[in-house]
Amino acid sequence: MITELRKELDEAKVSSEELFEEAVKKAKQEQDKYNSFVTIIDKYKIKRRADSILKGIPYALKDNISTSNILTTASSNILKDYVPVYDATVYRKLKNAGAVLVGKTTLDELAMGGTGTTAATGVVRNPWDSNRLIGGSSAGSAAAVALGIVPFAIGSDTGDSIRKPASFGGVVGFKPTYGRISRYGLFAFASSLDHVGVFTRSVEDAAIVTDVIKGPDGYDMTALKDDGKSYKNELNKPLTHKKLCYIKEICDVNEYKDSEVIKTLTEFHKLIDECKSKGFEVDGVSIDKKLLEAIYPTYMIISCAEATSNNANLTGIQFGPRGEGNSIDEIMFSARTKGFSELIKRRFVLGSYILQKENQEKLFLNACRVRRLIVDRVNEIFKDYDGIILPASGKGAPSFDKSSEQVSDQQVILENHMAIGNFGGFPSITIPFTFVNEMPVGVNITGRVMEDDIVLHIAKEIEDITGLKGMKAGDRHV
Amino acid sequence: MYKAVIGLEVHCELDTKSKNFSSSPNKFTETPNIHVSTVDLGLPGILPYPNKEAVRKALKTAMALHCENPDEVIFDRKNYFYPDLPKGYQITQVTKPMGKNGYLDILVNGKKKRVLIHQLHLEEDTASLDHFSNYSLIDYNRSGIPLIEIVTEPCLESADEAVTFLEDLRDVFLFLGVSEARSNYGQMRCDVNISVMKDTDKEFGTKVEMKNINAFTNVRAAIEYEIKRQTELLEKGGQVVQETRRIAEDGKTYSMREKVDAIDYKYFVEPNIPPVKLTKEFYDELRKEIPELKLERYEKYIDKYHLSEYDAGVLSAKKDISDYFEEVLSYGSDIELTVNFVTSAILSTIKKLDIELKELFITPKMLSGIVDKVKNKEISLDHGKKILYQAIDKKIDPNEIIKKQNLHQINDKEELLKIIGEVMDENVSQVRQYIDEGNTYVYNFFIGKVMAKTNRQANPNMSLEIIKEELERRKQDEGK
Repeated sequence: MITELRKELDEAKVSSEELFEEAVKKAKQEQDKYNSFVTIIDKYKIKRRADSILKGIPYALKDNISTSNILTTASSNILKDYVPVYDATVYRKLKNAGAVLVGKTTLDELAMGGTGTTAATGVVRNPWDSNRLIGGSSAGSAAAVALGIVPFAIGSDTGDSIRKPASFGGVVGFKPTYGRISRYGLFAFASSLDHVGVFTRSVEDAAIVTDVIKGPDGYDMTALKDDGKSYKNELNKPLTHKKLCYIKEICDVNEYKDSEVIKTLTEFHKLIDECKSKGFEVDGVSIDKKLLEAIYPTYMIISCAEATSNNANLTGIQFGPRGEGNSIDEIMFSARTKGFSELIKRRFVLGSYILQKENQEKLFLNACRVRRLIVDRVNEIFKDYDGIILPASGKGAPSFDKSSEQVSDQQVILENHMAIGNFGGFPSITIPFTFVNEMPVGVNITGRVMEDDIVLHIAKEIEDITGLKGMKAGDRHV
Repeated sequence: MYKAVIGLEVHCELDTKSKNFSSSPNKFTETPNIHVSTVDLGLPGILPYPNKEAVRKALKTAMALHCENPDEVIFDRKNYFYPDLPKGYQITQVTKPMGKNGYLDILVNGKKKRVLIHQLHLEEDTASLDHFSNYSLIDYNRSGIPLIEIVTEPCLESADEAVTFLEDLRDVFLFLGVSEARSNYGQMRCDVNISVMKDTDKEFGTKVEMKNINAFTNVRAAIEYEIKRQTELLEKGGQVVQETRRIAEDGKTYSMREKVDAIDYKYFVEPNIPPVKLTKEFYDELRKEIPELKLERYEKYIDKYHLSEYDAGVLSAKKDISDYFEEVLSYGSDIELTVNFVTSAILSTIKKLDIELKELFITPKMLSGIVDKVKNKEISLDHGKKILYQAIDKKIDPNEIIKKQNLHQINDKEELLKIIGEVMDENVSQVRQYIDEGNTYVYNFFIGKVMAKTNRQANPNMSLEIIKEELERRKQDEGK
């Protein structure tokens, strides 16, 4: 964990260069098996004049974050040789803070996907069981932290791309309020849903990293003003916001048949009881099932629509492999045909269809309206509650051979509710809370917009309850 | 009889320090790809950051064109693939354009015509392409430059009307200071939609589109050619094809492509630019920055200042001249004399020196000083102009020149009497001619002497009176 490494660095028990070498060594050792990285950095580089809590701490960046002079592929063939000429704001901030980059992590191609199996460089495996997936799209970042290669990694989250793999990987995954961290330099998937966020092994570490990378940005008009808070320091104050709720329609054990899901929910309700005994007030609230069922299609419609447009720069004209052909249309057509996998093309075709004049009202604009309805309902709930607590996944990570299995409609709701955090830009965190069938499962807390500190604080108290802090793959829950 | 129906889509680059959504300079240059940032190249991960100045200028133009303005600024994406469009979409405005339903009054051959503006919106320019035999080059300097597009209703009927509208619209840009609108730099360019119909027809004919015409002379040529072509075609019983045509150097238009199904640009609201509300206070402030436009000034000069149409035209044609003229008047100077000075001396001088009015040494305040002295008969009109030219030549305040060279007209009776007395004492024989012979021809002799002695500053009328009186006095003194 960052806090421990900080101490060792400060006491000169270890040098940052040694930490880097160790991280690189481990990254290379585990690469064949887990495929966490697209690029492992071989040269130690640090901003020596930096003075921050992250100085000398090694970390990893998702490979859809622009790093000048370092290959950035978004795990897509269309960008397989793309070396950016500019730094993303989050990378610039980490560099200036003296953090040491170890590598660029594997993702589902262009961050579109939730399995970690669609990268151009192959599947990412779950450190707790290499026959299982880790989830995505920030698969490599989750795996690198779960493997203990780095104490923290940066990811991006459009539907649950940080918080789901955090659940499957037994680590902390936090995406703050929309705009809290600048998106400048994050390869856009769906701009209105995209967030930059962090993976760590403790809530405190998540607060520490967020403190460094948050803030306004002259390159991102959606970036928020500085809230002037140190989230780390806020954790040491007494928590006064302890009113939580869960959504009854999602957490009712009787609605499910899958034994692992039932186990997860049983554990979840035990956790709720423990929370209550530690001074939390927790109620079950209702959301119209129709709205809950609409989350996934709404997410798909909006994200595919925005994605087709956001990725229209990938034509092989300005950068990337040049296509072949006799006309400019043929050249672009060929670059895109070769550059994207079938899954990506499917999303683009969907997005394009959704935005067509004759479909836009029915599909795109209605999805935007449903998004508004869902957010309004959740904000209604936030009038009475400081946070919504829900299982981050119904069970542990699926194995590769079962990943394409059909699941019930009820399970679709259970597995996709975290997109609510993206719809409303709510701060949302997943922390490990139990093990089901020897695989970690996370619990998710989502709070009011702007109240990142409170969400972190609630998570910290629940982390104290679960005792699952600082886990690496292989550590078994006792 | 056939008549033409013409609608224009005018693009004009705005004059701003930086581009519409990035910090690269918005400057014209011959060197390709030097005013380029990551944003203008559409690199992965970039975000647009709108230019406030461009937004203000677009809104100001919309207001000057009497448009309805939006309650908030939002942008939309126009999605299509083309190598001059690096992001694969253009940021433009569809949902809430900067202006809707406006108009511009123009004078066509002395007759006032109201040209209806359908819409004005702010967008970004594309990169420019140079095509060669088997390859093309892209210059991103133009990529992202703020551009306003003004779409008229199909309400123009002739090349005269269309070209006058374009000229007057350019004057609007110049008066507002939003763009230099130089068509030779492609800063102002226009698409022409044109159809012809019988006088008696209820519906418009099939329209032909001509894209990206830079020079106004080409707009005229294209329209005139198309009216003739389409009319002849219809008269022969033919049909106009809906198509895009281009104007060639021979002044004729040629078919580029027939209109296939309209492209679906899949517009949607740009998610990276949150809506910005525009308050009444904001609009009130902005309105203060809008000066009177050409036609308003022209009408004011005729109705209020009673200028001739010619003078009113000259003085309202350019904002700097008009402002200069009005500033001189603001100091209370005489209108007629000011018109005289500005239209002759000032304009001929800047033309002769080939300079801008703002480079001229003479400020309106200085000119006002000269005009007032002429008006008060302290100096003559001729003198006034001479002093003006001298002041320009030597870059000296004309009031200083008047003082230094003592060029004031001497109107003081005592002073004149003193001088005349001296002259008479020096020319006793001429005095005697008057006393002895009653010769009044000596008046002119003395006037000449007085003028010579005073460097022509003596007031001639006053001097004559005094000379007459003095000669008579001297005659009386001798008791004759």
